[in-house]
Amino acid sequence: MFVYADNAATTAMSSAAAAAMLPAMQTLYGNPSSLHQKGREANMALLGARETVARCLNAGPQEIYFTGCGTEADNWAITEGARLGAEAGKKHIISDTIEHHAVLHTLKKLEKQGFEVTYLPVHENGVVRLEELEAAVRPDTCLVTIMFCNNEIGTLQPVREIGALCRQKGILFHTDAVQAIGHVPVDVQKDNIDMLSLSGHKFHAPKGVGALYCKKGIRLKNFIEGGAQERGRRGGTEAIPAILAMAAALEESCAHLDENMAKVTAMRDRLIEGLSRIPNSRCNGDPDHKAPGIVSFCFEGVEGESLLLRLDLAGICASSGSACTSGSLDPSHVLLALGLPHEIAHGSLRLSLCEYNTMEEVDYILEQVPEVVRTLRQMSPVWLHMLEHMDDPYQ
Amino acid sequence: MAMEYSEKVMEHFAHPHNVGTIEDADGIGEVGNAKCGDIMRMYLKIGENEIIEDVKFQTFGCASAIATSSIATDMIKGRPLSEALTLTNKAVVEALDGLPAVKVHCSVLAEQAVKAAVADYYKRKGVPCDCCGEACELCAHDHDHGEEEG
Repeated sequence: MFVYADNAATTAMSSAAAAAMLPAMQTLYGNPSSLHQKGREANMALLGARETVARCLNAGPQEIYFTGCGTEADNWAITEGARLGAEAGKKHIISDTIEHHAVLHTLKKLEKQGFEVTYLPVHENGVVRLEELEAAVRPDTCLVTIMFCNNEIGTLQPVREIGALCRQKGILFHTDAVQAIGHVPVDVQKDNIDMLSLSGHKFHAPKGVGALYCKKGIRLKNFIEGGAQERGRRGGTEAIPAILAMAAALEESCAHLDENMAKVTAMRDRLIEGLSRIPNSRCNGDPDHKAPGIVSFCFEGVEGESLLLRLDLAGICASSGSACTSGSLDPSHVLLALGLPHEIAHGSLRLSLCEYNTMEEVDYILEQVPEVVRTLRQMSPVWLHMLEHMDDPYQ
Repeated sequence: MAMEYSEKVMEHFAHPHNVGTIEDADGIGEVGNAKCGDIMRMYLKIGENEIIEDVKFQTFGCASAIATSSIATDMIKGRPLSEALTLTNKAVVEALDGLPAVKVHCSVLAEQAVKAAVADYYKRKGVPCDCCGEACELCAHDHDHGEEEG
């Protein structure tokens, strides 16, 4: 059996997205900036896509800027939020410790440029506490950037309350919603969001396209010079096929949001229940504030890359936050921020589901993971050391 | 970027040789630490003429840590102890048809694990080990990563 359970990394393109993309490549090939009929045709399609994306977020089309990816949107929003703050003499930013590197690395760059950043702790459940956010606000705070949904553990932050607090204090609020859009309800107005980043390929659009929502009135400076595209803010001929596909994918995801959430949540809960039966395991994140599809576990005495590759041999695609898979010395900063010791964070496994998965696939995962964990434990000196201090749960 | 493991690495990872423990081992060596994500433990059974009669390993770590342990045990099994002491991480890498640069560190651990087990054997016998001497103590406790951590 083959199971793709790495949907937080990327998703398969939907039929709706492909159906929008193919003609856009072959017949809608005009440049939207051209005045002739092929150009006008492409421009009309682009306008339609912008309206669709805006409608799905409850935003206005003039508030949507298409980008090359979610990372670009994060870079743009945070850099501009900081610049606008600096213009008003405010150089303090508030974020948290479990943001995506698209946010964290941008903040590091700003720190080198003289900005001060407060990184809120997230506690063992991975959730930012409002009272700590409020306490961190200073007269010179210009920007709060806190993600909607964490990519590794699926924790949902109290975005609406955070946004309300920021409004009350007159602080810009940006949220990286890359893992949320198309998976949970997002409404930029109700959720009090000033800027939001999204990425198409997380909800069945192709790779290479994302968007930044920026509330009307926030004066973004140009991100790419050299053209009138995106109202002059981001030059470069628009990726029409990808943009149309993203609009189609988002429209479909939003139209089926409730049923998809119900289906994926049921699969997720069965997965969590089954994996929890593995001895010395822990489910990461907050059980009550969790994305429908993201499941993160740590298995003591097992290393994540081995787990991942053994599952791959069994036909299951997953991911891990171990150092070996992150390509750095340390395991995932998200798992460490939860207070997990290194040796436990090394044994992490992320399974991320979407509506294309089935209960049969979940059951197959539940057959394979306990077996693989057991096999790896049998050859693990760490597990052996643990057995010196506890009864063997496999006996 | 996804890393490419050779077929040999994947073969040893999927079906590692000499996994387990030796109850009455003559030498045991353990290197690495769990905080860094890999620990290797080697068990040696030494026969007549200091021939390595049997060797087993246990490894907590990534695919290349398991594969290097597996092939290192193959390379010293049935060989004289003196030969085990000449095992280099380079030879381990070559035997696996190469390792990604960030994983070469695992082959160093495999070499250190073998040497730590041999040193333990000599220590038990009360023979001063001039092969790697105090370095064995060092490699067992001082887990230096440099830039090549996996």
